[in-house]
Amino acid sequence: MLYLLIVFAPLAGFIFAGLANKRMGDTPPMVVTTGLLFLSATLSWVALIKVGFGHEPSDLTLLRWMDVGGVQANWALKIDTLTAVMLVVINTVSALVHLYSWGYMDEDKSKPRFFAYLSLFTFAMLMLVTSDNFVQMFFGWEGVGLASYLLIGYYFKKPSANAAAIKAFVTNRVGDVGLALGVMTIFLIFGSVEFDTVFAAVEANQDKVVNFLGMQIGAIELIAFLLFIGAMGKSAQFVLHVWLPDAMEGPTPVSALIHAATMVTAGVFLVCRCYPIYEMAPVTSGFITAMGAFTAFFAATVGLVQNDIKRVIAYSTCSQLGYMFFAAGVGAYNAAMFHLFTHAFFKALLFLCAGSVIHALHHEQDMRKMGGIRKKVPFTYGAMILGTLAITGVGIPILGFGFAGFFSKDAIIEAAYAVGAAGDSSAAVFAFWMGIIAALFTSFYSWRLIFMTFHGNYRGDQHTFDHAHESPKNMLVPLGVLSFGAVFAGAFFYKHFMGDNAYGFWNYSLPVEDTHHAQVIPDNLYAAAETVASDAGHHGDDHAPSGLFGFLFAKFHGYPVWVLFAPLLVSAMGFVTAWVMYIRQGAEKHIAAVDESGGGVMYNFLLNKWYVDEIYDATIVRGARALGDVFWKVGDQKIIDGLGPNGFAAMAMGVSKRFSKLQSGKLFHYAFIMLTGIALILGFVFSKLGG
Amino acid sequence: MFSNLPILSFITFIPAFVAVLLMVFSRLTADSGRAQLEKNASWVALITTIFVLFLSVLLLIDFDSSSAAYQFVEDTEWLGGGINYRMGVDGISILFVVLTAVLMPFCIYASQTSIKKRMLEYMVAFLILETFMIGAFVALDLILFYVFFEAVLIPMFIIIGVWGGKNRVYASYKFFLYTLLGSVLLLAAILWLYNYSGTVLGAPTTSIETLSRDLKIPGGAQTWLWLAFFASFAVKMPMWPVHTWLPDAHVEAPTAGSVILAAILLKLGGYGFIRFSLPMFPDASMLLAPLVFWMSIIAVIYTSLVAYRQKDIKKLIAYSSVAHMGFVTMGIFTVNLQGLQGALFQMISHGFISGALFLLVGVIYDRMHTREIAAYGGLVKQMPIYAIFFMFFTMANVGLPGTSGFVGEFWTLLGAFKVNPWIAFGAALGMILSAMYALHLYREVIFGEVTNDKLNDIQDMTGREIIILAPLALFTLILGVYPSLVTDITGPSVEALLASFQQAVGG
Repeated sequence: MLYLLIVFAPLAGFIFAGLANKRMGDTPPMVVTTGLLFLSATLSWVALIKVGFGHEPSDLTLLRWMDVGGVQANWALKIDTLTAVMLVVINTVSALVHLYSWGYMDEDKSKPRFFAYLSLFTFAMLMLVTSDNFVQMFFGWEGVGLASYLLIGYYFKKPSANAAAIKAFVTNRVGDVGLALGVMTIFLIFGSVEFDTVFAAVEANQDKVVNFLGMQIGAIELIAFLLFIGAMGKSAQFVLHVWLPDAMEGPTPVSALIHAATMVTAGVFLVCRCYPIYEMAPVTSGFITAMGAFTAFFAATVGLVQNDIKRVIAYSTCSQLGYMFFAAGVGAYNAAMFHLFTHAFFKALLFLCAGSVIHALHHEQDMRKMGGIRKKVPFTYGAMILGTLAITGVGIPILGFGFAGFFSKDAIIEAAYAVGAAGDSSAAVFAFWMGIIAALFTSFYSWRLIFMTFHGNYRGDQHTFDHAHESPKNMLVPLGVLSFGAVFAGAFFYKHFMGDNAYGFWNYSLPVEDTHHAQVIPDNLYAAAETVASDAGHHGDDHAPSGLFGFLFAKFHGYPVWVLFAPLLVSAMGFVTAWVMYIRQGAEKHIAAVDESGGGVMYNFLLNKWYVDEIYDATIVRGARALGDVFWKVGDQKIIDGLGPNGFAAMAMGVSKRFSKLQSGKLFHYAFIMLTGIALILGFVFSKLGG
Repeated sequence: MFSNLPILSFITFIPAFVAVLLMVFSRLTADSGRAQLEKNASWVALITTIFVLFLSVLLLIDFDSSSAAYQFVEDTEWLGGGINYRMGVDGISILFVVLTAVLMPFCIYASQTSIKKRMLEYMVAFLILETFMIGAFVALDLILFYVFFEAVLIPMFIIIGVWGGKNRVYASYKFFLYTLLGSVLLLAAILWLYNYSGTVLGAPTTSIETLSRDLKIPGGAQTWLWLAFFASFAVKMPMWPVHTWLPDAHVEAPTAGSVILAAILLKLGGYGFIRFSLPMFPDASMLLAPLVFWMSIIAVIYTSLVAYRQKDIKKLIAYSSVAHMGFVTMGIFTVNLQGLQGALFQMISHGFISGALFLLVGVIYDRMHTREIAAYGGLVKQMPIYAIFFMFFTMANVGLPGTSGFVGEFWTLLGAFKVNPWIAFGAALGMILSAMYALHLYREVIFGEVTNDKLNDIQDMTGREIIILAPLALFTLILGVYPSLVTDITGPSVEALLASFQQAVGG
C-alpha cells in the first residue's frame, strides 16, 4: 500500500490536473499535484528507512502485462535499496520543484498543463525505477522521454523550443533502439526479461557467444554494450549528448527536475541495476569507464566558455554524469549511486538558483548581461554558493568533513585510482586523470558562473536591474531544503552508501563486500586497494620517505594521501583562476576581449561545443532529408509509378489508339480488359499445370 | 448460445440486407421525401452497424478461446464439386471480425456530418463493404474467400471514385489496377489448387481447412503458388514496392474511406499470409522468408524517410502505415510465437491508431478543406482538446510503451531478432524514423505560431468528434497496458498454426 501510494499518487495528480476544467481555475490542480507529490516524497523517505535500514525489500506484482512464449513481464513494483534511493531522489526533488513552480510559473497561462506534465514525468520515472523486468523499465524509460519532450517544448510557440524537444526525443530514441536490442538479446539468451531470473543466470551464460550483425561476440558483453547505448542516450553521454544542452529551452524547474536530478541519471541507474551483467562484462565496463571519463572531460571543457547561465549548468550535469558512469565502469556502483544521490540535491539547487536569478532579471539568461546582483537576491546568492561549494567538492580529506559533492566525487576518483593502480584497467587510469582535470574545470566554470552573475558590476539593462527582486517564499523554501541536502547529504549518508554500514544498507541490491575496513568496497576494488596498499607498503620500506613527501605518499584507508588531496587542490586552483579572471581583472575585460578578437580558434571550438551539432546536421539530418526526397521523388514517382501503373496506362493508351474501335475513352476499360485477358491465360496455364 | 443459428452468416449479411432495403426505399421515395430519406438512411446504417457490433461482441463472449478449432462453423453445398459455403472463426479471424464491427459505427457516425452529397448511396456502399470485409474474414472456403476478398474492391473503388477528392479518378484507377493485378494471380493459383486437390485427395475441394491440413504440395509448385498468393496479399498490405497506390488512395478517399482502408482493408493482406501462405505453403514460406524480410525492412526505412518529406498530412500518415505494415510482414514470416502474435497485435493496434489518425485529419479537413501541412500551425491555441488527442495518437503511432503501438512493434522485433539480428536491427531503425516524421508533423500542425489567419477562429472538437475518438484512445491504451486481451484469444490458434507449420517443414 505504501509503495502503491508512492508510485500512483503522481499519476493521480497528473490525471486530475490533466482533466481539470478551465472554470475550476489554476489553484486546485496546483494544490492537488503538489500535495500528492509531497505525500509521495514523505512516504519515499519512510520507504528508504524501511528498506535501507529495516532490510525489508519487496516485490509487488500488479497486473500481467505481456505473456507470449516466455516473454513474461508484469506490471510490478520492486523495492530494494537501490530503488528506494531513487524514490527518495525523484520524489523529493519533484515535490520541491512542484512547489518552486508556484512562484516561477506564476505568470504562465496554462499552469494546470505544466503541473500535469511534471506529475506525469514523476510517475513515468517511478515506473522506471520500480520495475522488476526490462520491459516495464522500457515503459518508464520512454515515458520519461515523452514527458521530457512535452516539457522541453512547453513554450510551444518558440521554434527553438520545438526543435529542442524533437531533438531530445529522437536522440533518445537512438539510445532506446540500443536498449531495445539489448532487451531482445537478453530474451534470446536467457528466455526471460525478468531481473531476478536474468541476473541469476548471468554466470551460467558468461561463455555464450552470439552472432550479432556478422560478428561473433560474447553474449554478456553484447547485452552490456547494447544496454549502455540506451544509457548513453538518456544520460547524455558523448555522441548522444547533443540534446541535453538544447533541452534548456524548457522552463527552469524542468531543467532542475528532469535534466539534472532524475531522468538523466536513469542511465546510471540502469547500469547499477544490471551490475550482475556488467560485473561479467569487463570489456564493456572498460568502455563505460572511458566513455564516462571522456564525457566528464569533454562537457567540462565546453562549460568553461558558455555564457548562458543554464547551459553552463547543463554541461556541468553532462560532465557529472560522466563521473557517475566511470565510477560504475570501474565497479564502484555504490560510489556512482552516491554521486547520483548528492548530485541530485546540489544540481537541482544550482538550477533552481539559476531559475531564481532568471526570474529576478525578467528572463535574462545571458551571464554577460548580469553581474553584481548578490545584494538584490541575497538568499539565492547564499544558496548558490552552497551549491557551488558542493559541486566543487570542498571538504577536508582524512577529517571527513565537507559538502555533499566532496564525499561522492572523491569516492569516485579514489575508486578509479585504486582500480587503475592495481593495473587491471588502463581505462581506470585514464578516468582518474580525466576526473582530476574535469574537477579543475568544474571548479573554474562554477565559480565563473558565481562571479559573473553575482559579483562585479551589473552589465545589463538598468531598468531590469532596478526591478530585480528576490524570489517569493514558495521558491525560496525549496532552495533552503536543497541547500540543506547539498551541505549534509554527503556527510550523513557516507557511512551507509560507502562506509561501514554499506553492506547492510545496500542489502545485495549493489555489490558491496561485508567489511568494516575498506572505504570503497566492491569486491574487485577492495582487492585492488589492498594490493596497492601492500605494494606501497613494501615500497615504503625501501625508501621510507619522510616529511611532506612522505605524508603525500603515506596511505590513508588504502590510498596515497596525494590522491585524497588532489581533487581539493585542483578545485582550489579552479577557484583562484576564476577569481583572478572575473574578480581581479573583471568580467568586462574578458567579454570585451572576446568581442574584439572573436575569441580565437580554441575559444570558438569550445563555444561551439566541438562542432558536434554541426557535424550531425551536415551528415545525419541532411542525409535523412535527402534520402527521403530521393526515395519519394525518384523511387516512388519515377521508377515504381513510372514502370508500374503510369507506364501501364501509357501502354494501354498506345494500344487503344491502334484498336480505335475499342476506344471508349475510359482508362478503366482498357485496364480491365487487359487484366481479364491475363487472368484467362494464366488460369488456363495453371489448370494445365495442375492437370 | 448460437449453436443452432448461422450467426456468422447473420453478422456477415445483415449490413448487405439493410443496404438492399435502403436502395429499395430510395426507389420508392418521391423526390420531395428525398432529403428526409437521406438523413434517415444514415441513422439506419448506424443502427445496423451497432447491431452488428453487438452481435460480434456476443460472438466473442460465446467464443471458446481455449480451443484452436474453427467455431460457429457453417458448411452447406454451394457451387457443387467440393466448393461449399463454409464459414467459421478461430482465434485469429474473430479478432478481425470484431475490429471491423467496432470501427464501422465510428465511420458511419463520423460520415454523418462530413458527407454532403448522396448520403444514401454512401451508406449503402459502406454497409456492403462491411459485409464483404467480414465475409472475407469468416470464409472457410477458398472460392468464397476469393469472392469476398475481391468484392471488397468494388464498394471501396466507388467510395473513392464518387466521394473522393480532386484526383479521385487517378487514385481509384491506380488502386484498382494494382489490386486487380494481384487478384488475377490469386485466382489462377486457387484454380490450380482446386484442380490439384482433386488428383491428390480424390475429390476436389476448396475447403481451407482440408487444404491446409491434408494437401501436401511439391516444393516447386509451392513456390509458384506462394508467389501468386503473395502478389495479391503484398499489394493489399501494401508492401514495398507495390505500395504507391496507397498514398494516392488515402489522399483522395473521404475520411471514413481512409479509416476503413487503413484499419481493415490492409489487414486482409496480413490475414491472408497467416491464413493461407503459412499453412498451405510452409516450405515455400521458409524458402522465401528472407525475401519478405528484406522487403519489410526496406518498407520500414524507405517509407519512413519518404513520410518525413511529405507535404500532405494524409500522405504522411499513409506512408507511415506502409512502414508499420512492414513490421507485420516481418513478424509473420519469422514464424515464431513472438513474431506472429506481434504481427496480429500490430494489425489490430494499427487498426485503431491509423483509424484514429485519419479521423483526426478529417476533423481539421472538415473545417479547413485542405490537407496541406503548411496551411496549419499553432492549432493548439484554438484546439487544445484536439491537440491532446493528436498527441496521444502520435505517440501511439511512434510506438510509445503503454500504448498498443509498442506491443506489436516490440514483439515482432523480438521475433525477428530470434531469426536474424540484422533484420531486427534494420527494422528497429524504424523506431527512430517514426519519431522523426510523427513529431515533425505534430510540430508543424499543432505547435508554433498561428500563421494562417483562417485558423484564428477554428472550432475545437465537437462533442460528436470526441465521442468518436475517445473510445479509440481508450482501446489503444487498454491494449497497451493489458495486451493479453488479444493474445489470450489468438494464443491457441497461433500455437496450433505454428505446431503444424513446424511439422510440415520438419517432416
